[in-house]
Amino acid sequence: MKNLIEIESLTFKRGERVIYDNISLQIPQGKTTAIMGPSGIGKTTLLKLIGGQLRPAQGDIKFRGESIPGMTRNRLFKVRRQMSMLFQSGALFTELSVFDNIAYPLREHTKLPESLIKTIVLLKLQAVGLRGAAYLMPSELSGGMARRAALARSIALDPELIMYDEPFAGQDPISMGVLVKLIKELNNALNLTSVVVTHDVTEVMSIADYVYILAEKKIIGSGTPEEIRQSDSSLVQQFLNGEADGPVPFHYPATSLENEFMGAS
Amino acid sequence: MDWLANLGRATLDRFAAVGRASYVLYGALIAVPQLKNIPLTIRQMYVVGVQSLSIIMVSGLFIGMVMALQGYTILVDYGAEGSLGPMVALSILRELGPVVTALLFAGRAGSALTAEIGLMKATEQLSSLEMMAVDPLRRIIAPRFWAGIISMPMLTVIFSAIGILGGHLVGVEWLGVDAGSYWSIMQSTVEWNEDVMNGVIKSVVFAFVVTWIAIFKGYDSIPTSEGISAATTQTVVYSSLAVLGLDFVLTAIMFGIE
Amino acid sequence: MTSRKTEILVGLFVALAIAATLMLAMNVANQGSVGNGETYNLYAKFDNIGGLKVRSSVKVGGVTIGRVENIHLDPEDFTPVVTLSISKQYIEFPETSSVSILTSGLLGEQYVGLQPGFSIDDIENLADGDYIADTKSALVLEDLIGQFLFSRDSE
Repeated sequence: MKNLIEIESLTFKRGERVIYDNISLQIPQGKTTAIMGPSGIGKTTLLKLIGGQLRPAQGDIKFRGESIPGMTRNRLFKVRRQMSMLFQSGALFTELSVFDNIAYPLREHTKLPESLIKTIVLLKLQAVGLRGAAYLMPSELSGGMARRAALARSIALDPELIMYDEPFAGQDPISMGVLVKLIKELNNALNLTSVVVTHDVTEVMSIADYVYILAEKKIIGSGTPEEIRQSDSSLVQQFLNGEADGPVPFHYPATSLENEFMGAS
Repeated sequence: MDWLANLGRATLDRFAAVGRASYVLYGALIAVPQLKNIPLTIRQMYVVGVQSLSIIMVSGLFIGMVMALQGYTILVDYGAEGSLGPMVALSILRELGPVVTALLFAGRAGSALTAEIGLMKATEQLSSLEMMAVDPLRRIIAPRFWAGIISMPMLTVIFSAIGILGGHLVGVEWLGVDAGSYWSIMQSTVEWNEDVMNGVIKSVVFAFVVTWIAIFKGYDSIPTSEGISAATTQTVVYSSLAVLGLDFVLTAIMFGIE
Repeated sequence: MTSRKTEILVGLFVALAIAATLMLAMNVANQGSVGNGETYNLYAKFDNIGGLKVRSSVKVGGVTIGRVENIHLDPEDFTPVVTLSISKQYIEFPETSSVSILTSGLLGEQYVGLQPGFSIDDIENLADGDYIADTKSALVLEDLIGQFLFSRDSE
């Protein structure tokens, strides 16, 4: 199995705060890889690192064997045309209609005639079930529809890699079901490589081929969904089952209650 | 020793900000030759120029009218109300036109630019452009920057013309200064290069500074609602101060030294 | 992407700015007569230039034909030399012409008045770089009062 992306002993810091401490992971080509972990550990950061928007403090990120942090800006921009990213908010351009949003990457990067662009855009919209909404403005869409429109935009250029940033966050069960179906179908139909960053365990376990669980700056578990479920790591189990207390403590680090009240006097 | 460390950090932060601001400026400036940007710039000229037009025109009219009224009450004591024309024209062309336009522009268009770019950042639109291999400096920042630089001198000229007409309205139509002397003495006093062009040059400088501050503050804002509102306020405060300070420097260079 | 309406409004905006510029050029700054275009220089020595300044106008019978370009002191005889920059439109002033420093109105600004001389056959016209010999200095109010008092005393 070939790896599209290889992350090797990556360390990333924001100021003094360490976000990732020497992690390594591989994203195989043509598969769906899920990266899970509690909120606030910088899962989005990982996607930005892969996209070259951030630079690691140490370690390397390779896209098809080519180091992303080592690329020149021009080369990076070329490589980015083969990737695309679905942002949590959708990030549709608010001043353009849905149609123009999806046509945007095509108009930017290709010299296709307008008639062909129209065909492509309508096909992509058909794929996400929003052809009827082509001429609405993003502000007129519901959250789930905006995310589907954004998905159509991110597949407009037929990328090799698509990164989903929390695709299920804040969605009602129906939209969530639609998105799960779309991700699965697109992956099969277009033979995409997908990276899904999420904390919605059940949904992602149903579509992922391989799962990494990140916590406390490290990878605490990895494997196929089946292997993950069988994992004997208490941290992984706490995450999968959503227990309030465990290796990830319920309390933010503090001195003990006794000390707080009694020790001071 | 804490205060020393704080001072050091503050200084370093300032320098870093100047560096980032220069990067934004560089990105905006090198993007000129792109033909694709022209429709985007026209669209932004609509936003920053056309939409500021009404406030500029109304302010110009009133400022011209007030100038005429004030000037008349002073000049009439010396029997010199014939000089009302040049007084109104010179003060508007040299000072009030460029400065008031820049201040209004900062409040009307500058703050809107900052808020818009800040919101685009907060909603990840800028990030998503980058991931689409589109440079946001080129597509988002540059058109706004150029629209600002083109629009503001145009607004200034309109402001000045309307201000002088406002002066005519009050001075001639209402207070009864002779129309012939209002215009002819104005014509013999006002110089194209010294007065009109210097005013326009001032407004080009102001346009540059105000637009730069506005787009940088937006681009550099912390993408939260507090961050954007702070950035918007800073845009108005910083650009107003910069305009007034620069106005003094430019006036000293242009009119102060013979 | 740019809608038609936006384009039209921006066009209107530009047209308005051009109209305003034209108005400033024609009605306010009086671009037409003097200022740009080619000029030539004449020099004149005065005993006293009073309040004359660089950029003061040079007029013939009230018509502006040029500007004061420069004022400096002759290092040898310590008299002020005024450089007059005259529009090339007006070239045929005879050598007998005279210049005087006049005041427009009681409190107005000072300007240089040029009085063209008679042009007789053997008299040449003033050319670039020539000095005008016949000059009348500015009237300085203090001197006038002084003269008046002096002449009254001597009566």
